[in-house]
Amino acid sequence: MEAASIPSGDSSTFAHSRGLRDRLGDKLFYGLTALASLLSVLLVLGIIWRIFKGAWPAIQHFGLSFLSNNVWNAPLNEFGARDLIIGTIVTSFGAMLLSGPISVAIALFLSEIAPPAIRGPAGTLIEMLAAVPSVVVGLWGIYVLAPFSAQYLQPWISSVLGWIPIFSNGQDKVESTVFAAILVLTIMTIPITSSICRELFLGVPEELEEGAIGLGATRWEMVKTVTVPSVRGGVIAAVILGLGRALGEAIAVTQVIGNFIPLQRSIFEPGDTLASRVANQYQGAISELQISSLIYLALILLVISFIANFGAQLIVKRSERKLAG
Amino acid sequence: MATPELTLKATGRAKRRLVVNRFAEAAAVAAATSAIVVLGIMVWSVASRGLAALNLDFFTQGPALFGESGGGIAPAIVGSIVLVAIATIFALPFGVLTAIYVSEFAPKRWADQVRLWLDTLNGFPSIVIGIFVYTLIVKEALPVLGIGGHQSAIAGGFALAIIMLPLVARSAMEVLALVPNQLREGSYALGVSKWQTVVRVVLPTSFGGILTGTTLAIARAAGETAPLLFTCALASNTVSWDPTHSVQSIPLTIFTYSESADPNLHTQAWAAAFVLIVFVLVTSLVARFLLDRSRRKLGLQR
Repeated sequence: MEAASIPSGDSSTFAHSRGLRDRLGDKLFYGLTALASLLSVLLVLGIIWRIFKGAWPAIQHFGLSFLSNNVWNAPLNEFGARDLIIGTIVTSFGAMLLSGPISVAIALFLSEIAPPAIRGPAGTLIEMLAAVPSVVVGLWGIYVLAPFSAQYLQPWISSVLGWIPIFSNGQDKVESTVFAAILVLTIMTIPITSSICRELFLGVPEELEEGAIGLGATRWEMVKTVTVPSVRGGVIAAVILGLGRALGEAIAVTQVIGNFIPLQRSIFEPGDTLASRVANQYQGAISELQISSLIYLALILLVISFIANFGAQLIVKRSERKLAG
Repeated sequence: MATPELTLKATGRAKRRLVVNRFAEAAAVAAATSAIVVLGIMVWSVASRGLAALNLDFFTQGPALFGESGGGIAPAIVGSIVLVAIATIFALPFGVLTAIYVSEFAPKRWADQVRLWLDTLNGFPSIVIGIFVYTLIVKEALPVLGIGGHQSAIAGGFALAIIMLPLVARSAMEVLALVPNQLREGSYALGVSKWQTVVRVVLPTSFGGILTGTTLAIARAAGETAPLLFTCALASNTVSWDPTHSVQSIPLTIFTYSESADPNLHTQAWAAAFVLIVFVLVTSLVARFLLDRSRRKLGLQR
C-alpha cells in the first residue's frame, strides 16, 4: 500500500542488494510523513477538544440557557449569548445576501464576458481584495466606510424602506452599526466566493455552452440555462464558504459594529457578534467564569462554522462527482 | 404593392431578449468594476493617510508617550518578524511532510480525508485558533514540559502556524501533483529508493512552487490579528527579539491604535496599515506570479 506506484516485483530477490539505509529510510520517511499528516488531522480534533474543555465550567454553570439568556455582566458574573448569536447570524446572512449575487456576477464577468486581456488582471485585483488584512479593512471601515454609510446610505435606505422595522432609524446617522458590519463582511467575502465560482464556471464544458449559443440563446440565456445550473451545487457551496468566513470574522466586525447588546430592532443601530465579543474582551476578562464564558462563545462559533464548512465541502464533492460523470 | 421591408433589426420578443442580455452583461461588468473600485479606494485611503506619518523614526523608534506626536512602530515590526518566523518554522515542515504523505504515499481514500480535514482547519475562525492556543499554553503551562503559562511570541507564532499549516500543505500538494510521473519512474528505474526519489527528485522539482505557496501563507499570517489577541497581546513598548516573552505586532498595533482616542495614534495606525498592506499585497502578487510560472513550467514537462 505504501508504495503503490512502484511496480512490485519479487522484492525478496533484491533485498540483499538494497542498502539497509534505503530500506530503513523508506520506512522512516513513510512514518515521518504519515505522522505529520496524522498530527494535522489530530490538530483539528485537539482544537475542538480544548475549546470544549475550556468552555466546560461555563457549560456546567449556565447549561443550555446560555444560548437563550441575554446578559453580559462581568461584575455580576452573568453571561448569555442570545443576541450575540442573533447578531452573528444577521450580519453573516446579510453579507451573504449582498455578496452572493455580486460574486456570481463577478465570476460570470471573469469567465464569460470579459475579453481575455482583461480577465487575468481583473481576476488578480479582485483576489487582492482577499489579501488585504482584516484589521486594515476594519480600520478603513471605521474611518471611511462607516461615516460614508451613516451619512448617505443609511438615511437613503431608511427613507425608502424605513416602514420595515429592521431598516428604520437610518436618519439617526449612527456610525457603528450592524449595517456597517454587513458591508465590511460583504467586501471580505466577495473575493472568496467569486474566485471559487469563476473556477466552477470555467469548468463547465465548452460544448454545452456553445450548444446553447448555437440554438440561438443570448449569452444571458446561456448563463441562466446552462452555465449556472450545471454547477449549481458548487455555487451554493462557494456562497456557504463565504458565509463561513463572515461568521468567524472577529477583528473587522468588532471595529465597526459598536459592540453593544441588547440588539436593537434596526440594523442601523449598534450590535455585536460572537466573534466580535470574544475579540473585544481580550484584555478585560476578570474572572475564570468570564474567560470560560468567552470560550463558550468560541465553541458556539466553532460549531456553527464547522457545520457551514463541512456542509459546503460535501456539496462541492457531490457536484464534482456529478460533473465527472 | 409595397415590398415588405426586410430588416435585421430585432423586434418584439427578440428585441426584449437582447435588451435583457445587454442588461445582465452590464450588471456583471458593474459588479466587477465596483469590487475593483472598492479595492482602489481602500488602498488610496490607506496610502493618502498613512504616507504623511512615514519617516525614518517610524521604522526605528518606539511609540511616543501619550499625547505627544511622532514616534514609531519599531517594536511591532520586529515583533511581527519574530512571530512570522516562528510560525514558518512550525508550519513549513509539517505542511510539506503532510503534502508528501498525501501525494506520494497515501491511498486515495486517506488522501481525500487529509485534504478534507485540512480544509476544515482552514475554515476555522482565526479567533477560535487564538483561543485554542490560549487554553493550551497561555492559560496554564504545558503539563510535562512546563513551558508557557503566559503570553509569548512562541504562543502567538504557534497560533499563526495553525493558520498557515493548511495553506502551506494544500499549495504544496498541488505542486507535488504536478511533478511528472516519468521523473519518479526514471528514478525508480535507476534503482533509487522511494525516499531518495522524493528528497532528490520530487522536492527539488517542486521547490519553487512550495516556496511561493509558503510565501502566500506568510503574507496571510503577517496580517492576522485575531489569533494574537489572547496569545501575544500584552507587550512592552521596547524592541524585543525574545520569543519567550510577548512582543508587539503590526496588526495588533493597528487594532489598538484604531480604537484609541488619540488622533496622533490614528495617523500611526494608517501608516502601519500602509506598511502592512504594501508588504502583503506585494508579496502576494509576486508569489502568485511565480506560482503561475512554476505551474506552467511543470505543466509543460508533462
